[in-house]
Amino acid sequence: MLSRVADSLYWMSRYLERAENTVRQLDVTMSLMLDAGGADEETRWNHMLDALGKHTKMDWNGNLEEMAYKLIFDQQSPASVTYCITGARENARQVREEISSEQWQRLNRLYHQMHSPHTQSQFASSISDVLASVVDGIHLFQGVGASTMIHGQGWQFIRLGRYLERAYATATLLEVNQSEIFHSHLREDSGYPYLELVGLLRCCTAFEAYCQVYTADLTPARILEFLLLNRDFPHAIRYSVDCVRYAIESIQRSGGRRPPVELSSGIGRLHAMLGYTSVQEILSGDPAEFLHTIREQCLRIHELIYSYYVHYSIQSALAV
Amino acid sequence: MSAGHPVELDSLFGDYPLDQAFDEMREASGELRPQYRALAETLAGLPAQELQRRKQSADLAFLTQGITFTVYGRDEGTERIFPYDLLPRLVTAAEWDRIERGLTQRITALNLFLRDVYSDGKILNDRVIPRELVYSCKHYRRQMRGLQVPRNVYIAVVGSDLLRLNDGEFVVLEDNLRVPSGVSYMLTNRRVMKRTFPEMFHSYGVRPIEHYPQLLLATLRSLAPEGRPEPNIVLLTPGVFNSAYFEHTYLARQMGIDLVEGRDLVTHDNIVYMRTTDGLKRVDVIYRRVDDDFSDPLIFRGDSSLGCTGLFNAYRAGNVTVSNAFGTGLADDKAVYAYVPQMIRYYLNEDAILPNVETFLLGDELQRKHVIANLDKLVVKAVGESGGYGMLIGPQSTERQREEFARQIEANPRNYIAQPTLAFSRAPCLIGDRLEPRHVDLRPYILFGDKVNIVPGGLTRVALEKGSLVVNSSQGGGSKDTWVLEQ
Repeated sequence: MLSRVADSLYWMSRYLERAENTVRQLDVTMSLMLDAGGADEETRWNHMLDALGKHTKMDWNGNLEEMAYKLIFDQQSPASVTYCITGARENARQVREEISSEQWQRLNRLYHQMHSPHTQSQFASSISDVLASVVDGIHLFQGVGASTMIHGQGWQFIRLGRYLERAYATATLLEVNQSEIFHSHLREDSGYPYLELVGLLRCCTAFEAYCQVYTADLTPARILEFLLLNRDFPHAIRYSVDCVRYAIESIQRSGGRRPPVELSSGIGRLHAMLGYTSVQEILSGDPAEFLHTIREQCLRIHELIYSYYVHYSIQSALAV
Repeated sequence: MSAGHPVELDSLFGDYPLDQAFDEMREASGELRPQYRALAETLAGLPAQELQRRKQSADLAFLTQGITFTVYGRDEGTERIFPYDLLPRLVTAAEWDRIERGLTQRITALNLFLRDVYSDGKILNDRVIPRELVYSCKHYRRQMRGLQVPRNVYIAVVGSDLLRLNDGEFVVLEDNLRVPSGVSYMLTNRRVMKRTFPEMFHSYGVRPIEHYPQLLLATLRSLAPEGRPEPNIVLLTPGVFNSAYFEHTYLARQMGIDLVEGRDLVTHDNIVYMRTTDGLKRVDVIYRRVDDDFSDPLIFRGDSSLGCTGLFNAYRAGNVTVSNAFGTGLADDKAVYAYVPQMIRYYLNEDAILPNVETFLLGDELQRKHVIANLDKLVVKAVGESGGYGMLIGPQSTERQREEFARQIEANPRNYIAQPTLAFSRAPCLIGDRLEPRHVDLRPYILFGDKVNIVPGGLTRVALEKGSLVVNSSQGGGSKDTWVLEQ
């Protein structure tokens, strides 16, 4: 497969995952603001921006609705949902011969939905409907892709993008939140911390799944265990890393080129970290450090994928 | 109208005008031509509104499949549906036979001409074609001099534009020897037509065209460099902003080859590679949909990044085949065109089967004077342009436009030719809820690998505006499916 095509599929997928993550965190943050007793709106807003990544610059202006509108529709800001969806579509447009027409049509529809004056004018009165329909659109695209696209190398690059983005985003979310989860003095006072914890789970669509595994008894250690180490839940970091590993292995199998040792050892190390560490070990050590390492490893894997599959030098390729 | 036809047909035709222009469907007397009878009967047999319903369903098929082209010169390249007319244009077996023989002869001669001009130049030495005409052509590429082209095939993919004049004979209006486009519309028109009017295919023996992508692939494969038994063939596109991007993706998908952009290619030691996730992969044949100018910044325009640096040297070294070859625009220059009958005589010792349109060369002083005095009756074209750009249609022009063109001609006579305004044939089109005649041309697609190969059909382009003579898609033209009949 052409490197440019792989690159486009990978970014199409990352952008969509990023859009979905942004929508979900905004949704949770706004609903937490409705309950009394927690931090003020500005603190929450900045906290959410931190969890979305340090690159997000949207200074709080005191009006939540305006801020939310900007985060969804402001095309100038790389943090906005519309920016991500536009990026995904732009990538898809350049590889139309690789994705199925059904996929293209779904993504095109989502793109037009984000740019339609109707959606934008409806926003104030129906924020949560708009947010839900964006997530629906992304899910529909993923579902249509799963059932109509060839599950070859291109498909694996799509999965690679989605799960690498997800692992990184979830690690960021946990890292930003971990100090409050484990050092909160408010824990026993009221219902408030309970809602905080639910919010954290809902940022990863994990609340119901968590309850199935642990019942509704929310404890910080279990939540950390679930979001970090669960092997069956699609938004857990371990699950995502396993998917990244599987995608890379599939790409290597179909290619026939020997992968660089750094790539297989990098993904192997991450896999082992998550597979053979217990939550007690993490908590008795430095959870922030642990989460930070995961993010660094994700970045490293991204770079290795790029230098090996996309932006390799001609000399290195000729030497093989 | 004869008594045998049901009344519905009369209402469909309304006051369908007939004059001296050749009508594809009806004879001067108003009688239907024999091959159109079954078509007319099918139309007449449809319930009211059914025709409209089918037209809508056909339009929808084009829309949802994203069969579009991009119009330049408007807001950042608008994507448009190519307008499509529901009624097929019929070509009888006898008519096709003549077209096929005529085009085979013509393309063979044009290819020999290119080979000659880029090597010994015999035809120039013998003064059959003026040397200055060739060397002053802006598509002449001196870099091609003395270069050995694989199998001596310069023009592997050609689309020639034919018109039918008042006497019913086809003439060649121009040859497109650089990067002819539109073949994807020929193929998609047929697919949509089969869904829209399946019953008509039963009453006609329509020769198939669907194997075009396969023939194209075989043609490209036959031109692969020596010693490359399993050649890697790619389609080189300028990218997503090109007007024919849909066609590029379509053909690549139909042939099962990679669609590459210039930035996907690298050359090393005169070998072209594409960057894949499995490393560099050698490229053997490039079906090039990028103009000469943009193909290699080392040799052609240095400010272009659409092509591949070093491509020409790899080509010259014989390590990669590029089709069409560079510099083929020389032979579709509209002034060189005037000499094609002489070429056919010179190289093949035959008379041209398909005649040219009478053409005035404005480099010649006598002809120029005549043309400038008669601008209101003639069509003037810039020699190196295509797509209906840079053109004056005398009878439909204003005084000011004619003055402007006269000035341009005097400033650069070599850059223009003039032709009589042709009354070319018209075919019935569904306009609103009735049939009206519109001018049509015909662009068959010719492939030249081991031998000349023409799929029986082509793109019939329609000037959809009433009275218009311009069929180009960029200027408001549409298209019809073209049926070449078994008999």
